Amino acid sequence: MDSSATTMVDPQSIPIDQIDVSDPKLYQEDAHWPLFERLRREDPVHYCADSAYGAYWSVTRYEDIVAVDSNHKIFSAHHAVMLDDGRHSGQTEDATVMLPFLAMDPPEHDKQRKIVTPAMSPANIAKLEATIRRRVQEVLDMLPIGAEFDWVPTVSIELTAQMLATLVNYPLKDRHQLVRWSDVSVGIPGDGVIDSWEQRDQELKLFAQTFLALREERRAAPPTSDLISLLAHSPEAQDMSIQDYISNVILLIVGGNDTTRNSMSGSILALHDHPEEWAKLNANPALIESMVPEIIRFQTPLIYMGRRATQDVELGGKLIRKGDKVAMWYISGNRDSEAIEHADRFIIDRPRPRQHLSFGFGIHRCVGNRLAEMQLRILWEEILKKGWKRIEVTGPVRRAYSNNIRGIVSLPVRIHA
Amino acid sequence: MPKIRFVQQGTEYAVEAPDGISAMEAALNAGVPGIDGDCGGQCACATCHVYVDPAWMPVVGPADADTEQLMIDLNEGVQANSRLACQVQLTDEMNGLLLLVPDAQF
Ligand code: HEM
Ligand code: FES
Repeated sequence: MDSSATTMVDPQSIPIDQIDVSDPKLYQEDAHWPLFERLRREDPVHYCADSAYGAYWSVTRYEDIVAVDSNHKIFSAHHAVMLDDGRHSGQTEDATVMLPFLAMDPPEHDKQRKIVTPAMSPANIAKLEATIRRRVQEVLDMLPIGAEFDWVPTVSIELTAQMLATLVNYPLKDRHQLVRWSDVSVGIPGDGVIDSWEQRDQELKLFAQTFLALREERRAAPPTSDLISLLAHSPEAQDMSIQDYISNVILLIVGGNDTTRNSMSGSILALHDHPEEWAKLNANPALIESMVPEIIRFQTPLIYMGRRATQDVELGGKLIRKGDKVAMWYISGNRDSEAIEHADRFIIDRPRPRQHLSFGFGIHRCVGNRLAEMQLRILWEEILKKGWKRIEVTGPVRRAYSNNIRGIVSLPVRIHA
Repeated sequence: MPKIRFVQQGTEYAVEAPDGISAMEAALNAGVPGIDGDCGGQCACATCHVYVDPAWMPVVGPADADTEQLMIDLNEGVQANSRLACQVQLTDEMNGLLLLVPDAQF
């Protein structure tokens, strides 16, 4: 798909009805900002009649996004969280169908969500804190001082891979397999991760086989607190189909992987771009608490979530028809200056920093949000203990080709001790 | 101006609040720890979960079954006296109300 046309247009003069914010290239080039600014101002509930994924509505203002996200009866998630319909079902005969509870409506959604919730509760994740902290220390201790290296593989990917292995109790030495599967499951041909849909479907098949075997292993052993053991032993999960089980494992792995990884990378970039905030943080490490949600707002790791209207409904003066696709652009709502003061700036001590859209709202609100916050908090607590003068971004930032995950692929840095 | 009490991890916080605002707003304005209120009171995040002192349940009343209860049910540590503080509108009748705040929101 050649889409360079979209990113070359002048965002101010393009006729409003031609604006299509679904082009992955926009996010790879970080070129989406002026388009959303214009939509929020001129056409906050915006209809795009023709895109690579067909017609869809864009919801771009903070308040409207909260309204859609918290109204699951009218805005259904069923098969609708991605604009690209083909992603759940796969593209070939061999495909592993992915329909996690993220993409379900009540009552089935609630039933499955309740199975994994205990593992993510504040009390349970507190048990992981010491392990995570030790691993963060080990990774930071290895970093070169004064020499350039890429923060993404060395720190962000490494730490999230270890975290995933802990969550599902997977052999630590094989952790990069988990990362590969996560990357593949959200991959699109041409993004540098996969070359074809056939390749994606084949790799995910191996994933499914591996995790079905793991479930049998866990069933044969006494229950522990890892997620696979939970799914293997929970009485409510006994009648879970193979498809549901596999879908939920991939949901937990993807959910916990890219989002946290990119928040880690994004925090380094944000502090490089806002040296005054780095100074504030160094003077007062207690600001980590309000900085963590600000990092997650500023990065907005998931660019949008999709829904489908179950009936005709009016929103922002527009009539959305039953069956229409609707995208809630968190990336836009998080920069809506009507809802958030100086929304374009990264401010680590803003009042009520937790009021952002990055975790979504309503019944699908991110179940891993406390775990993600804990990882970022520990990372920053340990970085500050190092007493480094600064972490400088030394080269060009490379971003992911995706309209779904706001990814940082490469971030060259140098630590000044 | 009802005066209400929050108890979090054994510490009591007495808060005087204008009637009409929610218990979530009252807690945030007074800096009571343990209530996050991430959605700003839209009944969409459940990070303002509190337990109403059972003696006060008749005054405060139950959660709305169609909206608030759905969000409460997805939380951890749910009890019959669970409410979302943003959906509890303070009135003069609630003078002396006692709300127990969980150790951490989810
Ligand atoms: C900064 C990191 C993260 C961000 C920004 C994030 C964002 C999101 C968003 C936007 C949703 C959908 C909300 C909606 O539709 O309203 C979601 C759902 C979900 N997330 Fe996260 N997430 C993060 C970390 C995690 C982690 C660490 C895990 C687990 C290990 C996780 C697991 C899930 C699951 C299972 C759901 C589905 C919830 C449901 O449908 O009920 N997430 N997340
Ligand atoms: S503040 Fe979000 S539900 Fe009460």
